[in-house]
Amino acid sequence: MNTYEPPIFELSGTGKIGANLPALDVPEAALPQELLRDDDLQGMPELSETEVTRHFTRISQRNFCIDTGMYPLGSCTMKYNPKVHEEAARLPGFAQAHPLQDPEQAQGALQLMYELQSYLAELSGFDQVSLQPAAGAQGEFSGILVFRAYHRDRGDDQRTEILVPDSAHGTNPATAAMVGMRVVEVKSGPRGNCNLEDLKSKLSPRTAGLMLTNPNTLGLFEENIQEIARLVHEAGGLMYGDGANFNAILGIVKPREVGFDFMHYNLHKTFTTPHGGGGPGSGAVGCTEALAPYLPGSIVVKQGERYELRQPERSIGRVKSFWGNFGMLVRAWTYIRTLGAAGLKEVSENAVLNANYLRVKLQPVYPVAYDRTCMHEVVLKGQLRQAPEARTLDIAKRLIDYGFHPPTVYFPISVPEALMIEPTETETKRNMDAFVDAMITIAQEAAEDMSILRNAPTTAAVRRLDEVGAARRPILKYDRAKFRELRREAPEATPDDQLERPTY
Amino acid sequence: MSHYISNTDQDRRAMLDAIGASNIAELFEVVPEEVRFPHVELPPPLSEAELLRELNRLAGRNANTQTHRVFLGAGAYNHFVPTAVDALLRRAEFYTAYTPYQPEISQGTLQAIFEYQTLICALTGMDAANASHYDGATAMAEAAVMALNSTRNKHSIVVAPTVHPQYRMVLRSYLQGLGIKIVGDEDPAASLEDVLAQVDSSTAALIVQTPDFLGQIHDLKPLAERVHAAGGLLIAQVDPVALGLFQTPGAAGADIVTAEGQSLGIPLGFGGPYLGIFACKEQYIRRMPGRLAGATTDLDGQVGYVLTLQTREQHIRREKATSNICTNQGLMMLASTIHMCLLGKHGLRHVARLCYHRAHYAAAEIARLPGYELVTPEPFFKEFAVRAPRPVAEINRALAQRGIIGGYDLKADYPQLGDAMLLCVTEMNTKADIDALVAALKELA
Repeated sequence: MNTYEPPIFELSGTGKIGANLPALDVPEAALPQELLRDDDLQGMPELSETEVTRHFTRISQRNFCIDTGMYPLGSCTMKYNPKVHEEAARLPGFAQAHPLQDPEQAQGALQLMYELQSYLAELSGFDQVSLQPAAGAQGEFSGILVFRAYHRDRGDDQRTEILVPDSAHGTNPATAAMVGMRVVEVKSGPRGNCNLEDLKSKLSPRTAGLMLTNPNTLGLFEENIQEIARLVHEAGGLMYGDGANFNAILGIVKPREVGFDFMHYNLHKTFTTPHGGGGPGSGAVGCTEALAPYLPGSIVVKQGERYELRQPERSIGRVKSFWGNFGMLVRAWTYIRTLGAAGLKEVSENAVLNANYLRVKLQPVYPVAYDRTCMHEVVLKGQLRQAPEARTLDIAKRLIDYGFHPPTVYFPISVPEALMIEPTETETKRNMDAFVDAMITIAQEAAEDMSILRNAPTTAAVRRLDEVGAARRPILKYDRAKFRELRREAPEATPDDQLERPTY
Repeated sequence: MSHYISNTDQDRRAMLDAIGASNIAELFEVVPEEVRFPHVELPPPLSEAELLRELNRLAGRNANTQTHRVFLGAGAYNHFVPTAVDALLRRAEFYTAYTPYQPEISQGTLQAIFEYQTLICALTGMDAANASHYDGATAMAEAAVMALNSTRNKHSIVVAPTVHPQYRMVLRSYLQGLGIKIVGDEDPAASLEDVLAQVDSSTAALIVQTPDFLGQIHDLKPLAERVHAAGGLLIAQVDPVALGLFQTPGAAGADIVTAEGQSLGIPLGFGGPYLGIFACKEQYIRRMPGRLAGATTDLDGQVGYVLTLQTREQHIRREKATSNICTNQGLMMLASTIHMCLLGKHGLRHVARLCYHRAHYAAAEIARLPGYELVTPEPFFKEFAVRAPRPVAEINRALAQRGIIGGYDLKADYPQLGDAMLLCVTEMNTKADIDALVAALKELA
């Protein structure tokens, strides 16, 4: 177990610096005294490079990551991050180029963007791609703005409703609301798909579009996808594809061909740019020819042998400064060029095979939310017949003791006690078997003695944290006095020798 | 089979047997047959050696800070990044981790966020900061949304024309569905006094940038007083590097502070990924979009960190959330945290001084040249606008031939300035670099 690492502010000591900076080599100019800060940068630490390096190395060791173990976070798609990507993105011609330099002096970067646009378009069947959105949620935001602009241009001003299935990511309804749309929820049917009757009852001349994740957030392919698209289009609405689960269908089906009009690609999921502890992501968007004039700018176009940046003529505007998260684009381009069309198809085949393997191995112990072939992820319920008091959260925390990152818990919210597992194509059968063993052992432990689960984790850097207290009295920045108080008020601990630890 | 996939054919056979399928294709039978397994036309796969050759070829076609002396800023800055920043960033425990949903095994990320929040508060003089937005522009736009949600019956945002032109475009994108009026920047030549005249009882927020897009530093105090008197909030868009030397927006009375954090440890990267800094006064914390880390204790009484106040966020509030931000700029947040810790109190002040004095030296030398005129009034920080004797594009082309990336052409955004260029000088531009620029500009007059 790792030892406690104090906040870096407690390591600070007067007069130290951790960077070797140049000396002033020009005459000093007069400073506007009345505008200078007068607090001596109070609160900024003073540390050597050695101390800073040790501090951040130590805290890094208190993190679980994909390079240390299986990370079956459903919907987040935690697959291996290829190392060549990191070298590629750091080439000086990419990492040290200014976004506003003359395009004539950035032709390599623009060519890479142009090619990536065309690869993403080809994989999804769309006509045009914009790489500007910085994350999936921003891709969604762009898409709903595009829908709004498209309808308005046709005089269809009354289309102010966005339909969103109850199993959708929280970003979908939040996005629609941000654009000023009314969110109308569509129920899931008994097989985990969009309920067609409910959908029909909610379609109207007010429908701007349907936001659909396919495969959906239950890990299931929409059986009636073509029928859904037909109904939405007949009602005058548009089909938005949340591309969070694109990893399951590379080379299997092109979203455009089943009726989507617009989608976003999470490059950090499907195209394996690293998640970085929460970002950066990249939420490139693709669409049909009819919607292309509205895309957020800028898009790279080719004029003869020259690449140029251009804002589409009826663009909804920019959603970010400059040209998108370019460093992520380099990594995604590298991934696609490494694998090619056949390699990408293998990705989806293996992702789906792995998920179905876990489904059948875990099904005897953990109820499956929907008993059918899944795509790249499977949703189980943390409800154990032999231990009814067990909760998904307890199962998740105990998994940590067995060396696994827990799956996504309590999502989708339409499934009680949901445990959403996505092994990804890069996971090995050997690891998945070990994961299955751990899950089965936990179920046995729950039946014998729930306190084993309730006390978990026991092997992590910290034990279960008081999240309620953190929200009730938020401490959002370091303060010496508040930290002292925190320690004093902490609850009595279970003596260490009474904790159940797993035996490997 | 790709070298990223670890299962053998035998493993796959065993898994298929367990599933009860005869082959992998069978798993996709739910996909309508007529669209299943389409033809996908992509270039053939490359070996790693071929790939690196092609990447080097593409990268080699871009001018950059190692091939050119860069005097271009305009929202993306060439600042020094200590080597230790990237060395630590490349630890797999940081860059291959996900959002810290399970705090017990994500203490590294959570502690870094907590320290980042503390550093941003110290730098800006504000009470609370979140775990970052996509970039400075989106942070500013979301600040406007937050101001609208924090004030009553207000339906307009006043924005100065000296706010970064691209940021103002993003602001308009973000608010276009909400029926909000954006005023103040219709005339690119409008002064801050003209802009203030538009603040009235319908104003949810006044947005001002300092140093502004043309480089000038503004005193935020009188602006805060004016907008507060009208019942609105002051949103200050700032340069975090300037805060090493100049008045904090917190001390001046700003309610929300946003900034582009790229200057703090993040390479130019052809425009991204960058870092949106977002901080506010205490009373607005529960309306702040994005993630927050808070300190708490575990069952043993040990201090630890968790994501907190999550009920504000989209995964709980769904359509009632006021922002959809989910993935943020976690790794960039970490870079700037490490950067600020390395520079510390003394380094941050020193870098600000280097920028200020070198920029003033460059401005004075250029202003002395026949045909050139300094346009940005004092006080300015590291950027300044210069009226030039010839079209800026022409000058820049000639500078490029001399290994110099010149300034930003202001003509499209600020036509009243005529042929003017925005130049940027940082601690990366030595006196020798500046002298080379001045000599080249003299030749081109």
